[in-house]
Amino acid sequence: MNVYLPIAEMSVNWLAILLMGGGVGFLSGIFGVGGGFLMTPLLIFLGIPPTVAVGTQAAQLTAASVSGVIAHWRKDNVDLAMGMVLLAGGIAGSFVGVFLFRYLDAIGQIDLVIQLSYVFLLGAIGALMLWESMRSIIQSRARSNPRARLHEHNWMHGLPWRVRFRRSKLYISVVPPLAIGFFIGVLAAIMGVGGGFIMIPAMIYILGMPTSIVIGTSLFQIIFVSANVTLLQAVLNQTVDIVLALILLIGSVVGAQFGTKFAGYLRGDQLRGLLAILVLLVCLKLIVDLAVEPVDPFSIKWSR
Amino acid sequence: MVRLFTYLLALGIGVIVAMPGFAKAQGLVADLSSHLIAITTDFTGTDLLMFGTLEDPEFQDVVVVVTGPPETVTIRQKEQVFGVWVNRGSTVFEQVPSFYRVASSRPLDEIMNERDLDRSQIGLRHLKMTQAPGSQTFRARLEAFQEAFIRRQVGRGLYGADASAIRIVGGRLFRTSISFPANVPTGQFIVTAYLLEDGNIVDAQTTPLIVSKTGLGADVARFAYTNALWYGIVAVIVAMMAGWSASWIFRRL
Repeated sequence: MNVYLPIAEMSVNWLAILLMGGGVGFLSGIFGVGGGFLMTPLLIFLGIPPTVAVGTQAAQLTAASVSGVIAHWRKDNVDLAMGMVLLAGGIAGSFVGVFLFRYLDAIGQIDLVIQLSYVFLLGAIGALMLWESMRSIIQSRARSNPRARLHEHNWMHGLPWRVRFRRSKLYISVVPPLAIGFFIGVLAAIMGVGGGFIMIPAMIYILGMPTSIVIGTSLFQIIFVSANVTLLQAVLNQTVDIVLALILLIGSVVGAQFGTKFAGYLRGDQLRGLLAILVLLVCLKLIVDLAVEPVDPFSIKWSR
Repeated sequence: MVRLFTYLLALGIGVIVAMPGFAKAQGLVADLSSHLIAITTDFTGTDLLMFGTLEDPEFQDVVVVVTGPPETVTIRQKEQVFGVWVNRGSTVFEQVPSFYRVASSRPLDEIMNERDLDRSQIGLRHLKMTQAPGSQTFRARLEAFQEAFIRRQVGRGLYGADASAIRIVGGRLFRTSISFPANVPTGQFIVTAYLLEDGNIVDAQTTPLIVSKTGLGADVARFAYTNALWYGIVAVIVAMMAGWSASWIFRRL
């Protein structure tokens, strides 16, 4: 049952990894989220070095977004022009992120930064999701049905370099999508997440893109950003464990298919509430790990 | 009683050896049961046997030192900052053996004096750990780092000292078993057997030992480190193919 992970340099039970990938994939199928933000902390809990967890997650993300984008591409739900602008920002961000990762690794703070980033990210997402699902549960009981405007004119429309994005029916400056892409690129490099949970709301609420094409477009961008991160992590930090990535991938792809089928039978708001609680629990575990006095305050690292 | 028995046995062998036709050799002869440790994916550690002969066990001692390839090591210490345990101090040592084990026929301090142990770096307390240039740590703190490092290595089974690990059999034969844990570093090891008389090293014999990973996992790791760019490209292609084929398979189900 054990398989040796060549880069993580440890032996793990492949069935456990496969099931974990399946579980996270199942959740991501239900909620339409990438699941990277749950997978990386779980890998860390299993004892995989945080750096390898993040690097490997980038490879697994590439695969997941390729299989995700195909369906959206067929339905013409990808805004290529917008995807390219986001991608340009994303590539730049991933370069900055991987070099930041390398620097933090050299000064011995990368594990801390990864864990703290996850604490903030999971804390924020969990709290927001919990709040949102509570509100929607209460609202569905009250049967109110508020309507939001498509998008508003705001500060963003004063920025230069405006470009027409036909598929999104937008005529906006390229600066905000570049900035969003850049931020997502940095996140992908340091945390091994696709950042869909940040990018999708940002595309809807900041850029004002139509909801139908945001997922396809964000997946399109993430493919290349995560491919770039995978390549850079492999070259600069040697943290991509292909064996681990493949096991996770098989689990998560299968899990996601079941998740998508299962999603139809469930009530979204209650389920989102459950996911929120799960996310908050993972966050709490990370906080505890950081706060509890380590058994041995000394750590050693060999240079190759 | 046992000692007397050993003595008599030694005497017996001594008489045989001293018979005409046997030239009296000053040195020691030693060898290792194997000169290669192959780490496969299911490797859980192994023991090697070091054996040899010595002249006169009554007045001679044997010390066996196993040293792994020297490497640079960074040691960091966590401290609590705003409730979170953060790496604060660090120091870098160069040319530190990645594996170090000593076996001797008697406690080291009974065999040699401190200065000679220091000079030949025999014993955990006598390892010379050189601070890397640019790494400046105060003496007291340096010792704490060094102690923590050795404690960690001993805990992981990579360092060790055993004062009674060498058994003298039949008066002229010595044997000791050296254990290598599952996490043994790879590379060129050096196994040295020292022959001592009155606290002085009178002979030494060095035997090489290679520890290397074999199998698919090892090949993947080697490829990842030596051809990082190609490894990255392959990883991306594999990931994309896997994602594409997954979507292809499930569209048909």
